[in-house]
Amino acid sequence: MKKFIEKPITRRSFLRSSAAVSIGVALAPGLVWGAEEKKLNVYNWDTYIGENTIRNFSKQTGIKVKYDLFANNEEMFAKLKEGNPGFDVIFPSDYMVETMTALNMLVTLNHKKIPNIKNIDPDPNFSNPAYSPGLKHAIPYMWGTIGIGYRKSKVQSAPTSWKTVLDSDEFKGRIALLADQRACIGVTLKYLGYKLNSTNPEEIAQARDLLIKQKSNIKTFAEDNGQDLLLSGECDVVMEWNGDIVQIMEEDEDIGYSVPKEGGVVWMDNMCIPKGGPHPDNAHAFINFILDAKVNAEIANFIHYATPNAAAKKYVLPKDLKNPAIYPPPSAVAKSEVIVDVGDKARLFDEAWVAVKAG
Amino acid sequence: MENWRDNKLVAAILLVPSSAWILIFFTLPLAIVWVYSFGERGPQGQTILGLSLENYARAVEWIHLGILWKSIWTAAVTTLICFIMGFPLSLGIAFAPKKYKNLLLLLVILPFWTNLLIRTYAWIAVLRTRGFLNFGLEWVHEKLDAALTLMGLHDVMGTFTPLALLYNHPAVIIGLVYVALPFLVLPIYATLEKLDRSYLEASLDLGAGQWRTMISVTIPLAFPGIFSGLLLVFILSLGTYLTPVLLGGTDSMMIGNLIAQEFGPARDWPFGSALSFMLLYITFIMLWLRAAVASRSKGVGY
Repeated sequence: MKKFIEKPITRRSFLRSSAAVSIGVALAPGLVWGAEEKKLNVYNWDTYIGENTIRNFSKQTGIKVKYDLFANNEEMFAKLKEGNPGFDVIFPSDYMVETMTALNMLVTLNHKKIPNIKNIDPDPNFSNPAYSPGLKHAIPYMWGTIGIGYRKSKVQSAPTSWKTVLDSDEFKGRIALLADQRACIGVTLKYLGYKLNSTNPEEIAQARDLLIKQKSNIKTFAEDNGQDLLLSGECDVVMEWNGDIVQIMEEDEDIGYSVPKEGGVVWMDNMCIPKGGPHPDNAHAFINFILDAKVNAEIANFIHYATPNAAAKKYVLPKDLKNPAIYPPPSAVAKSEVIVDVGDKARLFDEAWVAVKAG
Repeated sequence: MENWRDNKLVAAILLVPSSAWILIFFTLPLAIVWVYSFGERGPQGQTILGLSLENYARAVEWIHLGILWKSIWTAAVTTLICFIMGFPLSLGIAFAPKKYKNLLLLLVILPFWTNLLIRTYAWIAVLRTRGFLNFGLEWVHEKLDAALTLMGLHDVMGTFTPLALLYNHPAVIIGLVYVALPFLVLPIYATLEKLDRSYLEASLDLGAGQWRTMISVTIPLAFPGIFSGLLLVFILSLGTYLTPVLLGGTDSMMIGNLIAQEFGPARDWPFGSALSFMLLYITFIMLWLRAAVASRSKGVGY
C-alpha cells in the first residue's frame, strides 16, 4: 500500500501474479503441523521491520523465525482466504482486519499473553479503533496518512486544501493522484464535505464527476510512483502515502508534505494472528516483543513510520517526531478517517473508479 | 529398428509430463476461473459460487465495452505500426548476405535479454519532461537559437517548452510497439527465409517489377507468417497490463488493467473472471481466424 524504500517493481509484479498464486494456494490444502515447536512464521510487508528485530527476538526466545513478505493487502488476503498455509503472525491494514474478522479468519487475541499492550497510546484511535474494537483481533503496528506531497519551490505556500489537486487548474498537468480507488474517491468525498467511507450513491457520483472534470488537469493516476514523479520534477503536487514522501524527503530538501484541512486518510497496519496458524503461543510472544518500547522505537527509527506505541515515543528520533510527514499535526489527524470495509457497497466505488479511468 | 512413434507405450509415456503440465497449470486453473465467472462477490470480497450470468451482463455494459474497444483499437494500431516497421525489417534480414543474417537476427532478439519491466522503465527515462528526448530537443533548440542569433535574428525560436510525451495514450502505443516488434519480425522472417526464391526470379524474369513482385508474389507466399506475426502482436497488445500502468495517463485503462483491478483492489473475482473470459473469447476468435486462413492459403506453411 505505501511501504518505505519498497521497490515499485515488486509491488507491480506481485499485483499481477497474486491472482494466479492464490488459485494455486486454493488447491493446496492447509499444511498440517505438529505440536508447538520453537518456530514462528511471520508474514509482513516488504521493508517494514527493524534491521535486527527478528535476530534479537530469536536470540531472546530461541524461536526460529521464517519471515515472508507481501506487497499489498490483497496479495496477503488471497494467500490466506482458502485456508492458512502456515502463517502465525500477519500485518494487515485496517480495512483488511475488518474483512478478515468478518470472515472469521483471525484469532481472538489473548491480552494476558501480551502484557506490553499497555504501551499502546490510550488515544481511542489506537486503543479502540473502529475496525477492531478493544484490540480484540488486531494490535496497531505503525500508522500514517495520505496527504499532499509538493515541491516547495513550485508552490507559494504549503497546500492547505485538497482543492489544489482536486478542483483547480493552478498546477495543470503537474498533478498526480493516487490510483487507489478507495483512497482517491474517499479523499474527494472529504473535499466535498462528506464522509470518507460514504456509501451514498449520490455523494459517490458527485466525487466521480469532480474527478472526471479534473482529469484534464491531472498528469496521471500514480499506481505506486507518485513520489518518483515528484522527485523527477514531472509533477509538483501529488496525492500520496506519507511514507513514500518521507523517503524522497531524504533525497531532496525541496520536498514538503501536508495533510489538508479537510482531513485525509489515516491508515494503520496491525499485528494479527490468523486462524490455523501452527504456533499461536509463539505468535503472542512475538507480538509482545514488538510492543516493547525499545524494540518498537528501533523499528520506527529504521523504517521512519509513526508508531502508535506511547512508551516507545521517548526513544524515537526527535527529527522524526518533528517531521509532519511522519507525525502530522493532531488537528489534521483528528479530521482524518480510517478507510473501512464497506462490504457489498464496494461495487459503488469500483464502478465509480472505472468510470473515472475510462471516461 | 522400430520407429519410436510406432511404439504407443513410449509415445504415451513421453506425453505424460507435458500433458500433466498443461492440465495442472493451464486447463485446471482456467476451469476454476470459468466456474468463478458464474459466481458472485460476497460482501467481504469472497467468491460465492453460483450459476448466474450477471457478471457477463455486467461485462457487456457500455463502459466496459468501451474499455474493451479501446484495448482493441490500441492493439490494432500497435499491430499496424509494428507491421509497417517490421515487415521491411524482416525482408531486409531475410535477403541480407548470409554472413550478416545471424548478427541482424541477434540484434532483433537482443532486447529480450533485458527484463520487460526494465525496458519499459527505460522509456520513462526517455520520454518524461526531464527525459533524454526532451533534453535532446532542448539542445537542438539552443543551437538553432544561437545560430539564428549569429545571423542577426533574435528571439525567433522563443523559449523551449518540453513536450508532454509521457503519461498519455500515444506513450502506451510506443511502449507496446517496442515490446511487440520482435514477435512480428521473427515469424515473418521465418517464412521469408523458407520461401522458394525461384518464384521471385520467375516473376522478375517475366517482366514484373520489384514492387509488383513484392505485392503479387512475396506477400501472398509469406502471408501465413505475416498473419501469425500480426496475430501475436495483436494478442500480446490486447491483454497488456504493465505498459498502460507505467506509461499511460488518466485515460489509459485497458482491459488487462480492468481485470487486474477486479482481482486486486475491488476483490470481485467473479466479475474479473467473466472479463478474463471475454478477453479469452476474443483471442480464440483470432486464433480460429488464423487457422481458417492457414488452411486456405497456398503460401509457405509456418
